[in-house]
Amino acid sequence: MARIIVVTSGKGGVGKTTTSASISTGLAKRGYKTVVVDFDVGLRNLDLIMNCERRVVYDFVNVIQGDATLNQALIRDKRVNTLYILPTSQTREKEALTPEGVEKVIKELSETFDYVICDSPAGIEHGALMALYHADEAIITTNPEVSSVRDSDRILGILQSKSWRAESGLEPVKEHLLLTRYNPDRVERGEMLSVADVEEILAIPLLGVIPESQVVLNASNQGLPVILEEDSDAGQAYDDAVARLLGEEREQRFLTSQKKGFFSRIFKGG
Amino acid sequence: MSNTATSGAQQVFQLKSASVSMTALELHYFDNDDFENALKDKISQAPGFFRDIPLIISLEKYEGLDSELDFFKIIGTCRRNNIHVIGVRGGNNDQRRLARGAALALIPGNGQRDRDHEAAPEKTELPEEPVARAAPEASPARIISQPVRSGQQVFAPEGDLIILAPVQAGAEVLAAGNIHVYGPLRGRALAGIHGDSAARVFCQSLEAELVSVAGHYKISEDLQDNGWKSAVQIQLRDDLLVVSPLDKA
Repeated sequence: MARIIVVTSGKGGVGKTTTSASISTGLAKRGYKTVVVDFDVGLRNLDLIMNCERRVVYDFVNVIQGDATLNQALIRDKRVNTLYILPTSQTREKEALTPEGVEKVIKELSETFDYVICDSPAGIEHGALMALYHADEAIITTNPEVSSVRDSDRILGILQSKSWRAESGLEPVKEHLLLTRYNPDRVERGEMLSVADVEEILAIPLLGVIPESQVVLNASNQGLPVILEEDSDAGQAYDDAVARLLGEEREQRFLTSQKKGFFSRIFKGG
Repeated sequence: MSNTATSGAQQVFQLKSASVSMTALELHYFDNDDFENALKDKISQAPGFFRDIPLIISLEKYEGLDSELDFFKIIGTCRRNNIHVIGVRGGNNDQRRLARGAALALIPGNGQRDRDHEAAPEKTELPEEPVARAAPEASPARIISQPVRSGQQVFAPEGDLIILAPVQAGAEVLAAGNIHVYGPLRGRALAGIHGDSAARVFCQSLEAELVSVAGHYKISEDLQDNGWKSAVQIQLRDDLLVVSPLDKA
């Protein structure tokens, strides 16, 4: 049985899709058979970040509606051969993800994969609920600012009450905090919440801190999961996060501004 | 003519919102003699309390026939005993029509309100820890050991509410009795919601959006000056909410 992990946040634009792409790539690189599912119907982005947008024939909604089989819709990644992408539909509504249809697809994926990564849309409506419903674990993607933290808190509450695990009275969804777009300089100047602040407010275990970096944007634009930028801070930070997700102990890095060479390292990756 | 002349003068009235705590009489069946005897018996236990109180008749647990439900008799009996029936809570449509015929106000029932809550997002049932019940008469405290998150509401309708985790901004905790938060209180806490003015709120760090005891409340702005971000208790003294540090209690 696969572990089902939702990448969610409540707030938009915090890095859910970037995180989904990198976490799934990182798991697959370690040999786990991994699929990443785009739940953001109508705002399809995952295929762009995974650089497979030109290979989409059938999508998640086609599979739910019985127009295609799962095998027809799954796209195999060209860089990591244990990684698959299930793209979503750009033309349908979120309601096309029926609870029964989603359950059927997730069940079928669980039979053949080790990890199913669900890339949630922003918000707390139907699409987000569908993405988190089957989760065993949740990666709460949060930016170090007040509104993002508040929305993450909200989505944590929903995970505790509306997920399948909560409804069935099972062991609760395992929660991980992933702090993205972290800028130690701005934290020092008091313009951003610190890791300690966010941890204190949300009170869930820290999976990792991804430094704010030009590399992330450049990688997205090139259709490259940033974890494959192995020399970059952000890529290494995602690699650490994947290792911790698998139970490895790794010290937190990139929490303080590196005086020398910090900017040169950031821009080198571009 | 005189109307136009008074336009600059004082208004006849102004409408304000008011919330009053009231006693509800939960009616199980109605027989006038039984009713009067039971009422007199109750009054004899606390004559001062019952003198001239407003009362609402709750029909949620009513099991008798609609035809036996004579509101005029109920009102008459209550008046003879100096109790003023002002309205009816709950009940089916026929019962409510009868109540209306007797010029009683109609108040939405608990059941109706609960259903509304269920429709609202996340009326969360956080897993509760088993509570030891040594004395069956004491209202059991509700114990919550997980954080109460933004958008969640936790309610202890009878006794105290004890939370061993943070209450986050945008969350709401309510109790008939006291509220204890062994963590930061960042959301809203309403103690004594049935009017118990002796109820208190205790928290390890006061960062609340709102704190209320028996309907008397203070918002975040008014809480900043006294005990903010420290361990405090909040209680009602002479209709005023008083915040005092826990270490000097």
